[in-house]
Formats: sequence, C-alpha cells, structure tokens
Amino acid sequence: MHMADALISPAVGGTMWAVSGGLIAVCARKVKQTMRDNLVPMMGVLGAFIFAAQMINFSIPGTGSSGHLGGGLLLTVLLGPYAAFLVIASVLTVQAFFFADGGLLALGCNIFNLGFFPAFVAYPLVYRMVAGGRGGAFRNWAAALGAAVAGLLLGALGVVLETLASGISELPFVTFAAMMLPIHLAIGLVEGLATAVVVSFVTRARPEALYAVQEAGMRRGLWPVLAGLAAAAALLGGAGSWFASTHPDGLEWSIAKVTGKEELSGSDAGVRGELAKIQGKTAVLPDYGFKPGEAEAGEPEAEAESWPAVSAGTSLSGIVGGLMTLVLACLAGVVLKGGFAGRTEEGRSGA
Amino acid sequence: MGVADWIDLGQMDELGRMDTPVHRIDARAKASVTLAFIVVVMSFPRYEVSALVPFLFYPVALVSLGRIPCRHIARKILVAAPFALAVGAFNPFFDRQPHGALGVPGGWLSFASILLRFLLTVWAALALVACTGMNRLGAGLGRLGVPRVFVVQLLFLYRYLFVVSDEGGKMLRSVEMRSEKGRPLRLRAYGPLLGTLLLRSMDRAERVYRAMAARGFEGEIRELERPSFHFEDTLFVVGWLTFFIAARVWNLADGLGLLLTRILA
Repeated sequence: MHMADALISPAVGGTMWAVSGGLIAVCARKVKQTMRDNLVPMMGVLGAFIFAAQMINFSIPGTGSSGHLGGGLLLTVLLGPYAAFLVIASVLTVQAFFFADGGLLALGCNIFNLGFFPAFVAYPLVYRMVAGGRGGAFRNWAAALGAAVAGLLLGALGVVLETLASGISELPFVTFAAMMLPIHLAIGLVEGLATAVVVSFVTRARPEALYAVQEAGMRRGLWPVLAGLAAAAALLGGAGSWFASTHPDGLEWSIAKVTGKEELSGSDAGVRGELAKIQGKTAVLPDYGFKPGEAEAGEPEAEAESWPAVSAGTSLSGIVGGLMTLVLACLAGVVLKGGFAGRTEEGRSGA
Repeated sequence: MGVADWIDLGQMDELGRMDTPVHRIDARAKASVTLAFIVVVMSFPRYEVSALVPFLFYPVALVSLGRIPCRHIARKILVAAPFALAVGAFNPFFDRQPHGALGVPGGWLSFASILLRFLLTVWAALALVACTGMNRLGAGLGRLGVPRVFVVQLLFLYRYLFVVSDEGGKMLRSVEMRSEKGRPLRLRAYGPLLGTLLLRSMDRAERVYRAMAARGFEGEIRELERPSFHFEDTLFVVGWLTFFIAARVWNLADGLGLLLTRILA
C-alpha cells in the first residue's frame, strides 16, 4: 500500500504533498485548540504503539495465513480524526525515513491514502454511523469491519489513481484497479477484525479511553470534511488529468494490445470521462501540447516527456557514459570513504 | 515489520548520532537538498536511464563521507524493493514498442529507469536519515516551517518507539514461550494482548507526561542545537543544486560516453 518514489511524478507527488501538508496544518491547529494537555504524549505513545502492534501477528480465521494491524482506524477511534491524522502522518513519516517504506516524494500520497480516508471518510461516514452512540457488540464489529474496508478500498483507489496520473507505470487503470481492490478488500477485512477485537477489549477494560476521546474529538458535522474531500478530488483529478494525458498513445496502445479494442473503448471512456469532467475543455488527445494555462511548477520537465528522440550515436554513448559514470560514482565512494573523510564534500558536487 | 526491524532501527539511530562532516551539516540543508534531488530524479522522462546515473554521486557522497556502512543501507533498499518491482515489472509486458536505436522494447527501458530511480530515491532518503538522525532532522523540519505540533509528535513518537516496542517484544516473547512455536496468535488472544499493550502504553504516556510537566514541559521539545546556517551549509546547498541542475539539463553520462568513444575511435 505504501507508494514508492520511483512510481510518482513530481507533479503528482507535489500536489499530494500540498494536500497532505494542508491537512496536517489544519489538524495541528485543531489539536492545539482542543488541546487536552496530556494529548501530546498520548499521541506520541499511540504512534509508537502502532509500530509495536505491527510486530504482532495473528492468524486470520478460516485461512492459513496471518496478518497484523495497520492502525489508521484504531487511532481514529481512540483519538478522533484530527489527532489521529497527525499520528498516522507521523507514523508514515518515520516509516519512510527509517524503513524506506514509502518514499519521501510519495509521502504526501501515502499520508493522504492511509490517513485521510480512514480518519476523515471511513470514521465519520461509516464507523460512527454504524456504531451509533453506544452500540452493542455486533454494531461495533460491523462498524469496524465496514469502516476498515471502506478506508482501505478508498486508499487503494487513491494509489491506483496517483500511479496512473504519474504515468510512470504502464499498468492500465482497469488492470491495476482489478489487482489492487480485491487485495485491499481482504486486507480491509483483516484490519477490521483486528480493530474490532482491540476496540471491544478496550471498551470492556477501560471504556473511558474511547469515550473521553470521542467527546474531545469531532462534533462539527460533515461539511468541512466534505469540502476537504471535494477540494482534494479536484486537485487530484486536475493533476491526474494533466499528467495522465502525457502519454495517451502508450497507454491506449497497451490497453488495445492487452484487452482488445471493444473493452478499450469502455474502460477508456470511464477513466477519461471522469478526468475530462474535472478537466473541462482541455483536450485529451494524442499529439497534443500542454496548454499554457495548465503550467505549474516542474512543467518544463513535463514538456520534455513526449517521446524523446534517441539517435544511434547518443544511445551508444549513453550506455558507455552511463557505465563509466557508474564506475566513477563507485570510485568516488571508495575514495571519499577512505581519503577525504576529514573534509566537507563540496569538492565532490562538481564531479 | 518484524522484530529484526527493531535492531535495524536501533542501528539507524546510532548512525544518526555519529559526528562526521556530513552529520554536522545543517539538517535543513540536507533535507531540502535531498527533496530537490528526488524531485529532479523523478522529473526525467520515462525512458531515461543513462542521464540518471550521474545522480548516484549524491547518495554515494553522503554515505561515504557520513561513514555509513553500505551493507546496512543495501539491505534496507532490498527490503523496500518489492512494491516498485511489482508495479514496474508490468511495463515490459504492456509496452513492447521498440525504442531508441538499439531497438530495446520501451517497457524494458522504462522498467530499468524505474529500478534506477527506486535505487536513487530510496538510497538518498535513507542516507539523509542515517547522516542526520531523527532529533536533528525533526528540529530541522520544524525550522523549515512544519507545524510545531507535528514536529513534537514526530519526536515523541520516535522517543517512545523503543520503549513501547520493548514492551511489545516482551509480551510477544512470553506468548511464544507459552504456545506452540511459530504459530500466530488466535484472534481471541490477539485482542486482549494488543489491548493490554495499548492500555499499558497509554498509562505510560500519562506517567511520562506528569514527569515532564513536573520538569517544566509546556508542549514543546527544546533543542540544544545551533540554530544558525553556516557557510558550509550554504555551500552544500548551492553546490549540490548546481550539480543537479547541470545533470538535469545535460546528460553528463552521455557526454562522457561521447568523449570516450571519440577518443577511442
């Protein structure tokens, strides 16, 4: 589920950074406003708890395999959406820093996919609706399962759309979605089970750990959430449409090759239709240029992305030069490690 | 995430505490240069391979000058590889159009490009953390404008990581001693176990908070680091950015290759 940098274009990564950064800022303000003064260490400990919880596996009933908790929904149930979003974001940041689990450029995407959907969509729209005020055991289980599945499916859809919008993977939307969604349905069920058993234990052992937090959590209605969702969708769609259209030829060609013409037109209309709706009049056609109005940061690079013409000379020299540079880089590593460790490395930057 | 990861995390923490020229460079400089590095690497067209190679200099320089053991980083990169591999590996199947003069199918080129980018971006990110350490990095992020609450959350999370995971590890060990080896927990046991860990952690947070409040904690983690941006830091930023821009505009590997083939011919 964690996206890697290698599959994200700077435009998509930057957009999602902006979105997630904005959400973090909003949540930080909310948390500061509703600050119970012990909330800070509580959030830190719960973040650490998520890491520890991911070490502990349980056997999935009815199957031979085992799974573990993801934690997004559990955090939201314990802390409320705003604080939980911050905790999820911090967990993902540490995972990206220390475990290379999801990249830095992809961090915005990952925070959005794994934080926004459980905290601001699945929790208020599914969990609270189903669980009600103090629902019975059955309602709590149904709420946890439903919310976990909803959150993970939306997150998986986010992964698919962001990958597609980046245009680096050749996977067509339908194939990728058909791979991701069933897997995440299963993961969502496991996550729901794990969340449900822990929540039901806490409900029995120390209900105030949930209720107190729920009261401190959100009581604000859904409008801000829906507005945020709409803005995010518009941003994602906008970035998506403009980048997905970078390689319509390759994408269409591969879909045609794989799935045949008839299906192509259907799936194509689905994806493109949606993107086009947001995009408005901007034509999605092969051999188009970027419209000047669409320009944003990083745009000069995008322009170079139309099929680069490679001539014989440059590609041979490319291979030779690439290999040589590789050797040089290795040498530099050895030399830097041995001889020049005492100096600062500025001399190297021009190498 | 397994128990072995925790040993790894401890190692990363130790690496981050070292004192080398790279470690001494301001965290803000390293963080922003690394981010710029990743953005530039990902901005190349999808079939680009050779022009990406010169970018290896950045992580190589960080890791070598920071005295970070290669084996350690390499293992982490391998562990992280499956997702990028899995998604990228479809490119050769979907894109068979011959590309370039050598007639390599475009899918293989873009797959190679994805692998190289993966190596570069993951390596750079790991090198950044290993050469900076979480505390300096967090403080640097705070000074770069990340909301205080979030920075404090990051640092708290990091501080508690070792404590809570120790606790979890102890619980896990006691479970293993009482049950058949290698068999995962049943769901009925899992809930109470994890719930107990959760409540214990929350209690600990409460105790820690009281102890901190008694020592004058007011919602911020104070740092003793120098806040000023030195000449070396500026040089670091300007030097690397110049290199990135040059390597983005000109295909340096290609240029070197042209030069060599011309000399040899």
